[in-house]
Order: sequence, then structure tokens, then C-alpha cells
Amino acid sequence: MLEFLRVALNVAWKDLRVEHRSKTALVSAIAFAALVLVIFNFARDAAAVSREMLAPSVLWITFSFSGVIALNRSFALERENAALDGLLLAPVSRSALFLGKYLANLAFVFTVEAVTLPLFVLFFGVDLSGVLAGIVLTAILATTGFVAVGTVFAAMTVRTRFAELMLPLLVLPFLLPPVIGAVQVTARLLSGRPVSEIAGWLRILAFYDLVFVTLCLLLFPALMDE
Amino acid sequence: MTADLVGARRWIRRGQILTALGLLGLALVYVLALRYTSVERFQGLPQKIFYVHVPAAWSALLSFSLVGITSILYLWLRDPRLDRFADSCAAVGLVFSMVMLTTGPLWARPVWNTWWTWDARLTFTLILFFLFLGYRALRGAIQDPGERARFSAVLGILGMVLVPFVHLTVYLFRTLHPQPIVLKPSAPSLPGDMLRTLLISVGVYTILLIGFVVMRYGVAARESLETSDAG
Repeated sequence: MLEFLRVALNVAWKDLRVEHRSKTALVSAIAFAALVLVIFNFARDAAAVSREMLAPSVLWITFSFSGVIALNRSFALERENAALDGLLLAPVSRSALFLGKYLANLAFVFTVEAVTLPLFVLFFGVDLSGVLAGIVLTAILATTGFVAVGTVFAAMTVRTRFAELMLPLLVLPFLLPPVIGAVQVTARLLSGRPVSEIAGWLRILAFYDLVFVTLCLLLFPALMDE
Repeated sequence: MTADLVGARRWIRRGQILTALGLLGLALVYVLALRYTSVERFQGLPQKIFYVHVPAAWSALLSFSLVGITSILYLWLRDPRLDRFADSCAAVGLVFSMVMLTTGPLWARPVWNTWWTWDARLTFTLILFFLFLGYRALRGAIQDPGERARFSAVLGILGMVLVPFVHLTVYLFRTLHPQPIVLKPSAPSLPGDMLRTLLISVGVYTILLIGFVVMRYGVAARESLETSDAG
């Protein structure tokens, strides 16, 4: 078990170190998220729809789209110089490999979200004081599950033609439940509704995470055997 | 090699026979629904599309479950026939979900006064359609047969687990769709002759589903022989 975690952390650490050295992907993903926010501000009739009304949807569309964009990076990295074959030759469990890639992706997506959130507050004039903890918790719950599914799909689509097109086609259906839950929770938090109204949604999000993270851990090894 | 080819041809033949039977049955369903089944009091004639829409939805869901179950079996047994069967079910399911998604709005327009509404069942069947589409697209983009089989099996399983989540989350949005009238704990509330036509139609659609899948399976078997000959 300890060995399993050690391998996973090593793989994650390797990914993050590669990312840290170039920073291209991270900077691009954050710039992408910021641009989505800008476009959203102008993609509405300012006289009819207030920024506040649109805020929860904007936040979650930005988070989820930049998440999907970020996932492409994870295995594209391994395709160069057949690095994935090297990883697969190592005598380690494939599930540990998945966990490592997954943790690195999660760290990447959380970083993008952490930078996007202040930008969102700035651009959309939303007051998060008092609900910040709730929003962060929702973001964690909503991101955990879909990044797991996305990591599995990224490992598949990187071997196909049109990987950049194929990944969103496969992942977006899986974004629907987390996005619905997250938007419901965010809208209620922002309008100051009681916690009892959001508890059910948070439970659904947590259940989704549990189911899909487990399933991905079990299924990933099947992708990698030859 | 030739024995396999004969086998593939036999599957195609069986599929053709079943499909022909199913098409005959479909003609019978049309006659039965339009001529010998009473007209619904509130909806009038538009309700007749019910006898096409519901069985199509049934077939789409059935093929979707078959994809999921055979995907699990494939990852376990690694038999290429299971992969071929899952793919055939997905191709046929895609067609049935298209029938469901076209007949639905045609019925909804006169009855609900809208082509589309985001209720739980509509949304989840739309997602079902996109999952079938993604499944087929993924298969089309992978060359290696073993890789294709493993990847699509993983997608098939994840998709099967996703569908209840989509249904649950969208359901919590409230829903316009009629509540279940046949498969529910108490006795079906559909009048006798309507229930009869519906059940016959469901049977006919199931025969069509099996016919299509068997035919498709035979075609896929033949194609795999041809590619292995070429390679």
C-alpha cells in the first residue's frame, strides 16, 4: 500500500516538475480561463441580464472548459519520445500510475481554478465574503470526479487521431452531473440560502467522486496492457 | 478461414430474416395503432406516436445496457466476439436513439406545445445519444483492434454508470414528462387496447433490435476477416 502511494506520488511529482520547468501549459490554461471570462461578460445583453445572475454559470463553464483543455496536456506529454512506454516498462502497478497522473492533473486543474476564482470576483463583481469556504469545497467536490474520468479519457484519446476533438466529445457528457450540482450550490450560496438546501447536492457530488474515482482506478489498467 | 466466412454469412442471413420479420411486425403495429386502438381522449391522434416513441426508447436503452454489460464481460474474458457484439449494439442503439429523439419532439409539439424541454428523461436520453456517438467516434479513431476493444469497453462501462447520475441530477430540476404508466408498482393505468398495442410494438422493436444487431455482427465478423486477410 505504501509502495503504491510512493509510486503514485513519484509519477505525480515527475509531471508537476515537468510542468514547473516550462510553465507553458499552466500559463496557457490560465490565460484560456481568463479569456472565457472576458467573452462571457460580452456574450450577454447587459441591459437584460445582470452579471450577478449569470455568475454561477460563468464560473462553472470557465472551470470545466479550462479543466478539459488542461487534461489534453497530461498524456500528450508522455507521447513525445514514447515516454509512456518507458513508464509502462517500469515494474509498478498500473493503478498507481493512474493515481499519479490523476493527482498531477488534479493539482493542475486546482491551480487553474485557484487563479481563475479571484479573476472571476474581479470581473464579475461578486462578493464571496462568507461563502468562500463553501465555494472552495464545491469546487473540490465537483472537480475531483470529472478529472478522474478525464484522465482515463486523455490516456485513450492521446492514441487517436484528432485527440483534441475527441477528448471533449467523451468528457463533456460526464461533466453534466458535477456542473449541475456545482451551479445549484453556487447559486444558493451566493443568494445566502441556508446550508440545509445545499447538503443534498454536496452529497450527490461526493458520491459521484467516490464512484468514478474508484471505477477509474479499476479500469485504467485495462487501457495499458498490450 | 472459410469456415469463419461461412459463419459470418450465416449471421448476416439470420439477421436479415429477423429484420424482415420485424418490419412485417412494424406494419402490423401501424395498422393496429391507427385502426384498432382507441383514440386518447385529451391528446387525440398525436398520441399515436406513443406506439413508436416508447418502443424506440426501450430498444435504445436495451442496447445501451447491452453495450455496458458486454464491455464488462469483454474486459474479463477478452473475447473479440464480445467486442464485436458491443459495437453492433452501439451502432444499432445509435439508430434507435435517433428514432426516439425525432419522434419525441414531434409528439411534444402538439401536446406540450414545445419541441423540447429539459426534463430528466429527455436530457438523459440526449446524453445517451451523445455517449453512443462518442463510442462510435472513438472506435473510428483507433486503428489497432485490441486497443480499440479495450478503450471502447472502458468507455462503455463508464457511460453505463454515468446515465443514472445524469437522470438523478436532472430529475432534481423538476420534470414535465408523463409519470411511468406501465412499469410501476400498481397495475398499469393504460387502457387495455392501448397497452396491448404498446406491448406488441415493444416486442416488434425488440425483434428489430435483435435482427439489426445480428446482421451488424455478421458484417463486422466478415470485415474483421477481410482486414486480417489483407494484413
